Amino acid sequence: MDVPRHWREQVRRYRLVGSKCNDCEKLSFPYRKVCPKCKSRNNENYQFIGRGKIISFTNINSPPKEHKYNLPFAVALIELMEGPIITAQITDARAEELEIGMEVEMVTRKIMEYNDEGIICYGYKFRPIVEYAHP
Amino acid sequence: MKPSKSVGIIGYGAYVPKYRIQNTEIARVWGNDPNLVPIREKSVPGADEDSVTIAIEIARNAILRAGIDPKDLRAVWVGTESKPYAVKPTSTIVAEAIAATPFVNAADWEFACKAGSETVQACIAYVGSGMAKYALGIGVDTAQGAPSDALEYTAAAGGAGYVIGAAKESLAVIEGSLSYVTDTPDFWRRQHEHYPKHGNRFTGEPSYFKHVLSSSKALMEELGTKPDDYDYVIFHQPNRKFPLEVAKILGFPKEKVIDGLVSPYIGNTYAGSALLGLAAVLDKAKEGDRIFCTSYGSGAGSDSFSLKVTDKLADRKVKAPSVKSYIERREEIDYARYARYRKKIRM
Repeated sequence: MDVPRHWREQVRRYRLVGSKCNDCEKLSFPYRKVCPKCKSRNNENYQFIGRGKIISFTNINSPPKEHKYNLPFAVALIELMEGPIITAQITDARAEELEIGMEVEMVTRKIMEYNDEGIICYGYKFRPIVEYAHP
Repeated sequence: MKPSKSVGIIGYGAYVPKYRIQNTEIARVWGNDPNLVPIREKSVPGADEDSVTIAIEIARNAILRAGIDPKDLRAVWVGTESKPYAVKPTSTIVAEAIAATPFVNAADWEFACKAGSETVQACIAYVGSGMAKYALGIGVDTAQGAPSDALEYTAAAGGAGYVIGAAKESLAVIEGSLSYVTDTPDFWRRQHEHYPKHGNRFTGEPSYFKHVLSSSKALMEELGTKPDDYDYVIFHQPNRKFPLEVAKILGFPKEKVIDGLVSPYIGNTYAGSALLGLAAVLDKAKEGDRIFCTSYGSGAGSDSFSLKVTDKLADRKVKAPSVKSYIERREEIDYARYARYRKKIRM
């Protein structure tokens, strides 16, 4: 169990925080110390809204053992509203319920847990948007 | 009963997981009479959901409605009896996820099904004393019901949370709150046990009814109000029957209970139960409406609240999904999947 590795990344994973280059304004997720566009080291945290659309997806049948508890699940390439494309697990919907172009929203869910004794790792996943039905 | 500085609810949020198991399906597995089940169906958390993830979604919805910077929260309190960690706060994870850290008080509260309403009462005092500008109290559970036990029919998952702030910013002003507590062993779970035990019929008369009635009557007496003064009433809802019965005894007609009665559709969300009912009522209420709410937690006690809706509710309620949105978002699962999601199969 690698607690420090999880702890270092947890805040950005809970909230979907990436980076913004203060020189060329390029947005990235995950956080980049060096801007992938202009190589500037002048980057700061950037909070993404957490909405986007599915560009492509696949069903996962043989995940690493820490993820088996959650089978079956889909992994998708998601284009965030702000531009960056990220890879994320889809939750609350199976692969057969997904479509390319479908709008999705970020939620914080359990990613994996280390048996009954270890820490629980939480992080971002995406799900089809919950409609705001009002009585 | 009320703080010297007037306070109210400035934002609220709810959440119910998507999965449902029908009571008739549970009865089928255990050979019970499907005609004698207490409710229609109950919510089941997905394999990647627990009290932390549910509380985070509730908190985000509450912040959306409150329209505040989470850094202005001085407390993030989570009331639950289904903490993912026996030791390590649920509330720090929630506070971190909503960016309320680090200058915030975070703690987990425990009092069976009353833990959530306690956090709200404490938030009222925290803000009312002037120590905090805003405070967030959440009631949430992924309730445990032992296989084949009577509680398995209703033990559900979900909850609601409330951001408390100054009355002038409120969508509903708190008119008063009062608690009634005695040492009553009607329901408990010992250390390292997976499932709670309960006193069967003992959970009714000397427990639920005594505390809910005493607390409700005392607050109305203190405030000089009566059931006729309220447009909606919410009681802790372990099933469909108890809240309707308690309303009848107190003199609230069924019509005032029904909008906040969500247990027939999602079950008993324990620390989330009364708070979720209150959220469903706020989804519907309008300016000037008066709301009465009493929780109940085994062990045992009740917290009562009297609220009055302001003109700010209409604009804020539409900023996050309603309780109805979550109730209608449903996928039915069978007992086998339910057993897997709830880790009832130990390998």
